[in-house]
Amino acid sequence: MKILVCLKQVPAKDAPIKVAAGEMWIREDVTYEVNEPDAYALEEALRQKEAHGGEVVALTVGPARAAQVLREALAKGADRAVHVEGEAAAQLDCFATAEAIARAIPGEHFDLIFTGLQSDDYGFAQVGVVLAELLGLPHATIIMHLEPTATGIRVKRELEGGYFQNVDLPTPAVLTIQSGISKLRYATLMGIKAAKSKPLTRHSLEEMGVTPRLNRQTITRLYVPARSKKTEMLTGTAKEVAAQLVEHLKNDARVL
Amino acid sequence: MTRGFSENPHRSSLVRLWFRDFQTPYMAQPILVVIEHGARGINPASWEVITAGQALGEALGLPVEAVVLEGVEADTVCSQVATRQLAGVRHAVHSGLVPYTPETQVQALVQVITAAAPVYVLFPHTYQARDYVPQLATRMARGLISDATGFRVESGRVVLTRQMFQGKLAADVVFAGETPHFVSFQIGAFRGDKAVLTTAPAPIEKVSVAPSPPLLQPGEPFQEAKQAVDLSKADLIVSVGRGIKEPKNLDLVRELAQVLGAELAASRPICDSGWLPMDRQIGSSGQTVSPKLYLAVGISGAIQHLVGMKGARTIVAINKDPEAPIFEVADYGVVGNLFEVVPALIEEIKKRKG
Repeated sequence: MKILVCLKQVPAKDAPIKVAAGEMWIREDVTYEVNEPDAYALEEALRQKEAHGGEVVALTVGPARAAQVLREALAKGADRAVHVEGEAAAQLDCFATAEAIARAIPGEHFDLIFTGLQSDDYGFAQVGVVLAELLGLPHATIIMHLEPTATGIRVKRELEGGYFQNVDLPTPAVLTIQSGISKLRYATLMGIKAAKSKPLTRHSLEEMGVTPRLNRQTITRLYVPARSKKTEMLTGTAKEVAAQLVEHLKNDARVL
Repeated sequence: MTRGFSENPHRSSLVRLWFRDFQTPYMAQPILVVIEHGARGINPASWEVITAGQALGEALGLPVEAVVLEGVEADTVCSQVATRQLAGVRHAVHSGLVPYTPETQVQALVQVITAAAPVYVLFPHTYQARDYVPQLATRMARGLISDATGFRVESGRVVLTRQMFQGKLAADVVFAGETPHFVSFQIGAFRGDKAVLTTAPAPIEKVSVAPSPPLLQPGEPFQEAKQAVDLSKADLIVSVGRGIKEPKNLDLVRELAQVLGAELAASRPICDSGWLPMDRQIGSSGQTVSPKLYLAVGISGAIQHLVGMKGARTIVAINKDPEAPIFEVADYGVVGNLFEVVPALIEEIKKRKG
């Protein structure tokens, strides 16, 4: 099976996010990491390749710094990588991002395309499904497990409220992968070495004609949300904080 | 002012109403609310979107209609929906719409939307909506603003708000391009019980659609294991997240739950790692709870977790990161090391309880 995995570089989970001047985007002086569900998408692709053979191609749409997620993917076992590069990448909405991916892979004929189910930055939860539609492929979302069948694949989808569902679909297909469905591997020293000689293709967003002008939604202002609730912050030593909290639990919340 | 829980109607809609009528002399273009329903009846999030639709309709001076696609007991669903103040209910009929697949759903809705020519099409941001609405919007060459938390109208333009960076920031977002515009609203962003009722039920119109057979073969929904613990009945919940670091540290929160007489729950990563069973999970993929006390230990508060617990009467959060979104919904917050705060809290509660 030939599998494409789409990975996004996002600010690290514990990164202190600050709104940049102009209130349109964040300050870029934060640490970045691969979007967590995308890491599981890569893991699933590598496991499928190990079980059934084939090729895993890692792709990212992002500025120069995003090459790091491709290097990591290659070190973990992806065969080659595609970097759709441009400084405007962070300003692309889900539609323009899917468009960029679609334009970067003509003639590739992947059997499966994986994305994470959503990103930790925009949180659209749309790119995988939009991409499927642009490519004219069937899709399934929030995938926990998949296995090949005689005619395609069988996937286990997560539904709400603790329910699941198996779905059979033909390939080629696009799947959005749920976070936490397996144990992520670490890159080995040998893997990191081998990654250096693996092919990494670059495409320019601009040359492909993908700019924020393709966006179907525009951010007009980014800001720290107003608190919907008055939060009383308790301060002091652990012992002092505990005493205050117990007071509140007893007198205000009335649960003690 | 952002609409959400707010109830002040916008008064400036008359001028726009006239203007719209002038543009479309026959009938004002509607706002459509797509109702989600299944074997367990109407998804409660659909009532919330009716509330959102009514508020948007009032602000823009537009009629609001509901769309019900064929499904289990769809006639009953239509009559239930028709008890809310709506200009009409469009019931799309075709045997091929059961069971749900994204492809059949999209084809049917393209036909309904093309006929209705709406300005906005609204959905609850459920797992099912995530599965097909991006495809629907793309097929109609339109955009979808997903997981919106509210809206306001500024000089006739609808500005939607949505969370970004896991709720650490918020954004004002507007559509670029032609209508219809597609919006999915975050679960809990509007109150379902605030949907305006009517004494004269809205007219229900059956419309026929003709989706082609799907490529997907969906199986029946199933549960992994019988849910052993019904956390929705618990009065007090101590919930633990990534901040606990290692499974052996769980004993600390177990003891806290025990001295409080609370049930132990967790955020998704804890259950994914197998440190606690899945039936202890709170959030969009787990259980939704509204206890008297929700004490969140080492939980940062991703949106998917917050939707499962923000209805709790009192929320206490202990987290080392002062920027953690959990503090947005907390009544009492402690920024600090849980390995110091929790033992002190256990001691203090023991002392109080004697």
